[in-house]
Amino acid sequence: MNTSTATRSEAPVRRQMSRSQSELLSKVFSYVLLVLGSIVILVPFAWMISTSLKKKADVYVFPPQWIPSPPQWHNYKEAFTTFPFAHYTWNSIIIVVLVMAGTLFSCSFSAYGFSRLQAPGRNLIFMVLLATMMLPSAVTMVPIYLFFNKLGWVNTFKPLIIPAWFGTAFYIFMMRQFFMGIPYELEDSARIDGCTTYGIWAKIMVPLSKPVLVTVGVFTFMGTWNDFMTPLIYLTDEDKRTLALALSYFQGSARSAPDLHLLMAASLYAIAPCVTLYFLCQRIFVKGMVFTGVKG
Amino acid sequence: MNTKKKWWTRSRREALDGYVFMSPAILGLLFFMLGPIAASAYFSFTEYDILSSPKWVGLDNYIELFHDSLFWQSLKVTLTYSVVSVPLNLVVSLLLALLLNKNIKGIFVFRTIFYLPAVMSGVAVALLWKWIFNPDFGLINWAIGLIGFEGPKWFIEENWALPPIIIMGLWGVGGSMLVYLAGLQGIPTDLYEAAEIDGANKRKQFRHITIPMLSPVIFFNLITGIIGALQVFTEGFIMTAGGPNNATLFSVLYLYRNAFDYLNMGYASALAWVLFLIILAFTLIVFKSSPMWVFYEGNRRSAK
Repeated sequence: MNTSTATRSEAPVRRQMSRSQSELLSKVFSYVLLVLGSIVILVPFAWMISTSLKKKADVYVFPPQWIPSPPQWHNYKEAFTTFPFAHYTWNSIIIVVLVMAGTLFSCSFSAYGFSRLQAPGRNLIFMVLLATMMLPSAVTMVPIYLFFNKLGWVNTFKPLIIPAWFGTAFYIFMMRQFFMGIPYELEDSARIDGCTTYGIWAKIMVPLSKPVLVTVGVFTFMGTWNDFMTPLIYLTDEDKRTLALALSYFQGSARSAPDLHLLMAASLYAIAPCVTLYFLCQRIFVKGMVFTGVKG
Repeated sequence: MNTKKKWWTRSRREALDGYVFMSPAILGLLFFMLGPIAASAYFSFTEYDILSSPKWVGLDNYIELFHDSLFWQSLKVTLTYSVVSVPLNLVVSLLLALLLNKNIKGIFVFRTIFYLPAVMSGVAVALLWKWIFNPDFGLINWAIGLIGFEGPKWFIEENWALPPIIIMGLWGVGGSMLVYLAGLQGIPTDLYEAAEIDGANKRKQFRHITIPMLSPVIFFNLITGIIGALQVFTEGFIMTAGGPNNATLFSVLYLYRNAFDYLNMGYASALAWVLFLIILAFTLIVFKSSPMWVFYEGNRRSAK
């Protein structure tokens, strides 16, 4: 009788012990995996930085030395002077800024129509728009090229910029979802005060949708900055190249070995804006705000 | 009578405003989607080198495709790549998301690190990985050497040309990982609490709560993964230029060459349509299969 009560009162304690122990164990296990994963992700970066600071002769030393001695900081300057990267960066900036402006304007403007204004056929148009997200860009690539070629726009920035002013299905969808969450009362009172629909879009919807605008802006920046295929197709003159395109030529021909230390320095330079932007706006990414519309 | 008339003009005015607001999207749809689709369909039945006007050739392009060994090769490469990389990315990004969903100290830092590679797709990353997989001086073969083996001739031997591209893709799974993470955080915790009271262990909870609740997100990642994988281009162009011996000749790369190197716009359009039909077939299969495995919460409520 006595013993049985003792074990009965002991059992939950032991179970609790083992439970907190197993929780601790799983915590340690998680940390081990997280640290291992982080190493796998960061080692390529370390390798990139390491290579970019080596002497040309040391790049092809095997086994590799991780810490270049001494670090060749001037590689960065050299990469910059061998190729007119400043000029290519400027090209990229012009394109990115105009694409961002176009995307933000056209997507928020259209999204307001899709979310708030009743018009016959609206939902059908929206469904078609969503369906086009499934369409591989390979199908439209050739005819759009031929179209811009007819207009004489090949080898200008226009084919890279103009389409952005006509909306992007996914971003329109995202903004529409966001607009639908904004209460009608604000609009109604503005309308009573004599505000037009366009005024409501500009003075109420746009300022209120700052989070989604920032998200779309950041994604547009990264997508355009990293885009390779569109500039490859449209920009033929050397001085019109974007940074990403210039980088691909920098690696040299398939046969000749490139100057890898300079190539890695240039690559680091090309990814720097995206990485910086990422760290500045990491909340947007890491909080997963972008994907709140996905489940619906 | 008066009020009715007023109501009419108001809804008309609203419709007019609506079309004005939607006009960028509508024009974009016409100029950059529907128009080009129709044009592409037309060009696929023509021979067109830009310099002379398109010549109608009927089904010739499609018949030629059928006899084109490079087309079959590109199809083989693209499908092999997709069949391996899509499920692999799907599983790895889910495992990473589960790991990052833990409520432990410093998790924010790890999330930031794990997503980092995803913000820099494109040329720079392809160049970096080309260097990492360099058979003689690269990081990977150095690491393989450390454990006493000899690393394969990446990019030089045909069988070892595709794996680096797949592995590189794995490094950048951050995007789908984040989608999973958002999905995981949307699962109500009371479901787990209830399961715990019923005595379900972690594995059972994962099998009967996490997976079903996450299935719409898995569905989303699967669809976007298939569409993305079948259109891989930059990696093949930058890292291997389609080689060696066409072992990495992805479909879009072959399409690009036909269009912009050989100026066979008609043939390239036919290629694009075949690729489109393949993508469509895959997505339709996934869509059709979805009632069997995708669980929508809305359905559960309406079923009650």
